[in-house]
Amino acid sequence: MPTPSRYWREIPQRYRYEASRCTGCGKIFFPPRLVCSACGSREFEPTKIAEAGKVMTYTVIHTPPQPFVDQAPYAMGIVELDDGVRITGQIVDCDFSELAVGKRVRLEFRRISQDGKAGVIFYGYKFVPEI
Amino acid sequence: MRDVAVIGVGITPFGELWNKSLRNLFTEAALAAIDDSGVDRIQSMYVGCMSSGLFVGQEHLAALAADYLGQRHIPSTRVESACASGGLAMRLGYMEVASGMNDVVLVGGVEKMTDSTGPEATFGLGTAADQEYECYHGITFPGLYALIARAHMEKYGTTREQLAMVAVKNHKNGANNPNAQYPFEITVDGVLKSVMIADPLRILDCSPITDGAAAAILCPVDMAKKLGKPIIKVIGTGHATDTIQLCDRDDPTWLEATYLAAKQAYAMADKKPSDIDFFEVHDCFTIAEICVMEALGLVDKGKGGPAVEAGKTAIEGKFPINPSGGLKSKGHPVGATGIAQVYEIVKQFRGEAEGRQVKNARIAMTQNMGGSGASTVTHIFERE
Repeated sequence: MPTPSRYWREIPQRYRYEASRCTGCGKIFFPPRLVCSACGSREFEPTKIAEAGKVMTYTVIHTPPQPFVDQAPYAMGIVELDDGVRITGQIVDCDFSELAVGKRVRLEFRRISQDGKAGVIFYGYKFVPEI
Repeated sequence: MRDVAVIGVGITPFGELWNKSLRNLFTEAALAAIDDSGVDRIQSMYVGCMSSGLFVGQEHLAALAADYLGQRHIPSTRVESACASGGLAMRLGYMEVASGMNDVVLVGGVEKMTDSTGPEATFGLGTAADQEYECYHGITFPGLYALIARAHMEKYGTTREQLAMVAVKNHKNGANNPNAQYPFEITVDGVLKSVMIADPLRILDCSPITDGAAAAILCPVDMAKKLGKPIIKVIGTGHATDTIQLCDRDDPTWLEATYLAAKQAYAMADKKPSDIDFFEVHDCFTIAEICVMEALGLVDKGKGGPAVEAGKTAIEGKFPINPSGGLKSKGHPVGATGIAQVYEIVKQFRGEAEGRQVKNARIAMTQNMGGSGASTVTHIFERE
């Protein structure tokens, strides 16, 4: 299980959706990178990812990894946000029968999992249907 | 560079081998390869293994493997590239012989997976994806390939039945493989009624958790001729990578690393897809085999499903895929898989593949893939 520092390090992305935009070509990276994979620039400016987008593809996980055993079955998808960034996450508050490619969703801050009864509680974004 | 031949191969049975340890699995396959080749010494070795550390708590596998093989003191290198570890060991061994650095090199692969519990093994396999941005949210490997499958079905109209037909075909082949973990036939209906793992993929769409090892002996072609061995030559190799996260790829249904690694191997061998008599590819999930045949250029984008349905990938089809039974029926001890593919090529070329024999095969290709497609290693072999 991760140490608190490994978790804490990712908080800017998981809690605040912080990303970086390449000043050379404008591509947005989430999580931020040290070198742009599109143009090779090493100069970035801080930005945030868009908080809504559409489902590109989805699945329902029936056989989960250990930390998610009490949540299964749960839906997951790749979402293309309105700024073109794509991220992977759970799709919640949505009946499985309503899952569809192209469905509009937005990010919401949620509990993701926890390290046993006494360990770190992991938070971050999940997708919920856009109303 | 020198021409390189495969002069010996060895394999263990694949399965849940409770009474066999990591070290003995590797040694058993390596000794079989050495005996098969007839060489009296090896000068260097490569061991493909994804995660002995997570599965068995054992790292420093290169030295351990050399020690237990009775090869103390020779250079030994452990190679890790997730499920492509074995294929990459093959490529590095090839490069060592081709370069002239050494003449006789053993390339092997091993994975001991059943010493871990199911959730531990799932976690270990998950380390081939992005821990912080994919696994953190609860994705699994079947889940990632389910995302690919859903996208493929939406984009190209690939059907659930076509996915099942990949597993049915591979089990039909594997039923004739004495080393296969699941050497029996299954039906489309059986696949469609099997337990759901990650929608739309069911348990019979997924390769199993397996213990096993495989090994091969490489040497220069000139030396193989002096030894009087049948010449099975490595005529092409390729290796490419892609984004670690599936979501970062322009098109989640397209395996760019496989396309690039295949392109390199075709160019080096001066062959095109239609020159290849059969393929051993990485069908970790049924959808993977469909995406792989598209990336290898056997069919146009989106046409993998119909090609399976039309029987083109069967042993007697236009381009046979996975006569061994593939990962699905044969089993998938991840680090061993890339070398097990080489084993199958050699058995086929020697005419020793019994009920799964591809007739008159002279040129064959392997494709071994890591993660959700972030690494691919390819090889093309020719029988003289």
